[in-house]
Amino acid sequence: MSKLVKNAVGRMVPTEINGKEVIPFKGIGKHRPSGRKYAPPIPTVIDYPEDGNKVIGSLKEALQKCGLKDGMTISTHHHLRNGDLVSNTIFDTAAELGVKDLVWFPSASFPCNEPIIKHLESGVVNRIEGSMNGPLGRFVSQGKMKGTAVLRSHGGRVQAIQDGEVQIDIAILAAPSSDAFGNGNALNGPSACGVLGYATADFRYADKVIVVTDNLVDFPNMPMEIEGNYVDYVVVVDKIGIPEKIVSGTTQITKSPDRLLIAELTARFLQESEILKDGCYMQAGAGGTSLAIGHYVHQILKEKGWKSKLGFGGSTKYMVQMLEEGTMEHIMDAQAFDLDAVASIDKNKNHHQYPVFNAYNYHSKGNLTSMMDIMILGATEVDVNFNGNVVTHSDGYLLHGIGGWQNCLHAKNVILPIPLFRDRIPVIKDEVTTICGPGEMIDIIVTERGIAINPKRKDLIEKMKDSKLPIKTIEELKAEAEAICGPSQKPQLSDEIVAAIKWVDGTVIDVVRKVVD
Amino acid sequence: MSNKIATAGNMGKKVRSDCFVTLELKDSGGISIEQKSKVQVMYGESNKKLCEDILSFFKIKNAQLTIEDSGALPLVIAARIEAAVKELIDTDKEYLFDIIEENKYTSEKEQFRFSRLYLPGNTPSMMLNAGIHEPNGIILDLEDSVAFNKKKEAQLLVRNALRGINFYGAERMVRINQFPKGLEDIKYLIPHNVHMLLVPKCEGADQIKQLEAKIDELKKQHNVERPIYLMPIIESALGVEKAFEIATASENVVAMAIGLEDYTADLGARRTNEAVESFYARTRMVNACKAARIQAIDSVFSDVGDMDALRENVKTSKGLGFEGMGCIHPRQIKVIHESFAPEAAEIEKAKKIVNAFIDATEKGLGVVSLGTKMIDPPVVKRAEKTINLAISLGLISENWREEFLHEQAG
Repeated sequence: MSKLVKNAVGRMVPTEINGKEVIPFKGIGKHRPSGRKYAPPIPTVIDYPEDGNKVIGSLKEALQKCGLKDGMTISTHHHLRNGDLVSNTIFDTAAELGVKDLVWFPSASFPCNEPIIKHLESGVVNRIEGSMNGPLGRFVSQGKMKGTAVLRSHGGRVQAIQDGEVQIDIAILAAPSSDAFGNGNALNGPSACGVLGYATADFRYADKVIVVTDNLVDFPNMPMEIEGNYVDYVVVVDKIGIPEKIVSGTTQITKSPDRLLIAELTARFLQESEILKDGCYMQAGAGGTSLAIGHYVHQILKEKGWKSKLGFGGSTKYMVQMLEEGTMEHIMDAQAFDLDAVASIDKNKNHHQYPVFNAYNYHSKGNLTSMMDIMILGATEVDVNFNGNVVTHSDGYLLHGIGGWQNCLHAKNVILPIPLFRDRIPVIKDEVTTICGPGEMIDIIVTERGIAINPKRKDLIEKMKDSKLPIKTIEELKAEAEAICGPSQKPQLSDEIVAAIKWVDGTVIDVVRKVVD
Repeated sequence: MSNKIATAGNMGKKVRSDCFVTLELKDSGGISIEQKSKVQVMYGESNKKLCEDILSFFKIKNAQLTIEDSGALPLVIAARIEAAVKELIDTDKEYLFDIIEENKYTSEKEQFRFSRLYLPGNTPSMMLNAGIHEPNGIILDLEDSVAFNKKKEAQLLVRNALRGINFYGAERMVRINQFPKGLEDIKYLIPHNVHMLLVPKCEGADQIKQLEAKIDELKKQHNVERPIYLMPIIESALGVEKAFEIATASENVVAMAIGLEDYTADLGARRTNEAVESFYARTRMVNACKAARIQAIDSVFSDVGDMDALRENVKTSKGLGFEGMGCIHPRQIKVIHESFAPEAAEIEKAKKIVNAFIDATEKGLGVVSLGTKMIDPPVVKRAEKTINLAISLGLISENWREEFLHEQAG
């Protein structure tokens, strides 16, 4: 194993992962990249059919023609979420072809990807570089994966592709609709999911690109979110996804009284602190609490006659409602969480498809998230220094991906509405199990028992000093949770590193260690 | 001993913050503890110590104890184990945690009782965060929300909750079982700073008197000096007829409630949203309460999803003279508070009274008067509460008096 060094957040991290040199985290905005962007080989039309028909018999044939061999990196995307039928098939096919040591580079994995475990066990897949949750996270945490997992944010993934840190040999794009040339989008077909935001960097930088669709349409398939000019082969299958598992038919505001209380406190804080204002830019997720915050914010905006200039998706019916009722001017969207949102993209001219994840890329000419006024995020743990963890649980197990979380931390006001404890598991620790985001970027923590403002936000502390909201220090909140839950033991972890957590600039901010059972 | 295995608690996919314990007493082999816990990594060691401590407290030397834990707090685990122990062993010993400092407050006869939140007495997950929603009172319910075979373990859980769960200033109430079964509940309550007992299906002053006698006995035994208030619930035709008698049965009866589900069933009528069928009962009860100078409290509103209908309901209720209402969901609290909130005229009157009181105190006068009218201390107290409530609801500012004096002068 390579040597360990202490990085800028005080974590011991290796200088080499999976045989490649890596840079330990240096601090926010401290690492400056050099060189030129990575580029795929130059293709020529000589090799492609003049009639534009790139349809090929099967995925197996396509993989063979792409020259699938041992050690290659295969990328996939999670816009089909837990209804994805394509990813697993790729590795089943690779196994059939006797290929070994592949690197799976998904934009995220879902519980439906559990069958990949057998390919990790048999050696078809060496490692996963991407988020992993549920059974895959457990498998990795127990030290059973051959290679070391690498977790990146959505923006970090784009950065890694662009910088050539990850070189994709074959990108496989599940497309809800495609023409024979490979122009694809997600607006139509049985597996329509709205947008394909995760896939754009991949088809531009991969050596080979395969589109897999269950809905072959006539040329030209417009809009072409996947540009056929980048596509090598089109494979038509019976089904790429299970519709009811792709988009939740409907997203729901939480019914939990405790979470509603947290949402209400958050909205009141936003209003009193004047973070919420006419023309503000905002982003909130599709979780039940976030939706409730959106609902309260919508009410406040309506009351005041204000309007949010811009909302970033993932969009939901609640965001669409804001757009349609005039409390939001634009939605920019890289993923649609429910059917109303999918329909809105087609219907509302101010509901824009936008590859937000490219815009999250830290190695680009401007960071979209740093323009945001309000950023609502979650976390499994935070610590008294406001560091946040989103990938591991307090028992040490890797159970979530980073998603866009790290990228979104760059917003002007980052707010984490979280319960103080979940089934006796306190959320505020002395030290988070895994640092995914440095504390200096997290501004406000809203719990059902009080709100903590990061001491570095002197402006907010001053502004809220006469507020009747329950403003407390983070130490007070931690003590309150501990008084209720009792003191807890730390998980037993071995020295063995099972996963690395990348920061948005490609440096290593922390590692995940094997859990001792 | 014929039965050597006992169980207590709850398990299942939806169960949270609880545990299910199985205790088997043995003749030899020492203590063996098996835990299946989702928080094993964090609390496995401390839970094991707790189990050992409880078993040793009850002098159990040989046993197999299995705990299926869904994140139960120690006070829950302890209640469950004690319940299992008491299924198998006859003992009066009680395994008690210290009562937490935050739980040592008392309540007053005159305090507002707009909202009281019902919490099923055998469901720990609903108790933990009840107080943060700021109801005027919380009710740990031993009666209808607890299954018949779970009554005993609920007594222990409620006892431990009274000692260990912070309800953040809410009046601490327990609904005991119907007379005479409820008499068995109170020894688990009186020594643990319960503020008020709700007496369901009350049908006569004698029931209150017998209950009081038992309470007094326990108070003496445990050196409890403060009063234990009572809120009888009228839930039958006979109860309605006896309303005044019940309301005046003891000075500790400070409020009386009506329960319409059972009452309409007793009438043989269907409960409707318009509530015409219970109009007589409600007005009769309100009248009895007012005659007895106690608070009249309305039934719960059961459609937890419909806040508009709840708001209407509270308005009607307030119009009839009711001063509070039960809640079965925390989201109802805010609506109920807002709807029972003092109206502008009420607040103006309270301002005048409180101002006169402050004036009198500053001048060292023993008597408060407003114009030519003398004001009794309870009236001042009530006015102060109205003011505090209006402040807490954001209806007036904390500096209301400055503004008030300014207006008077101007």
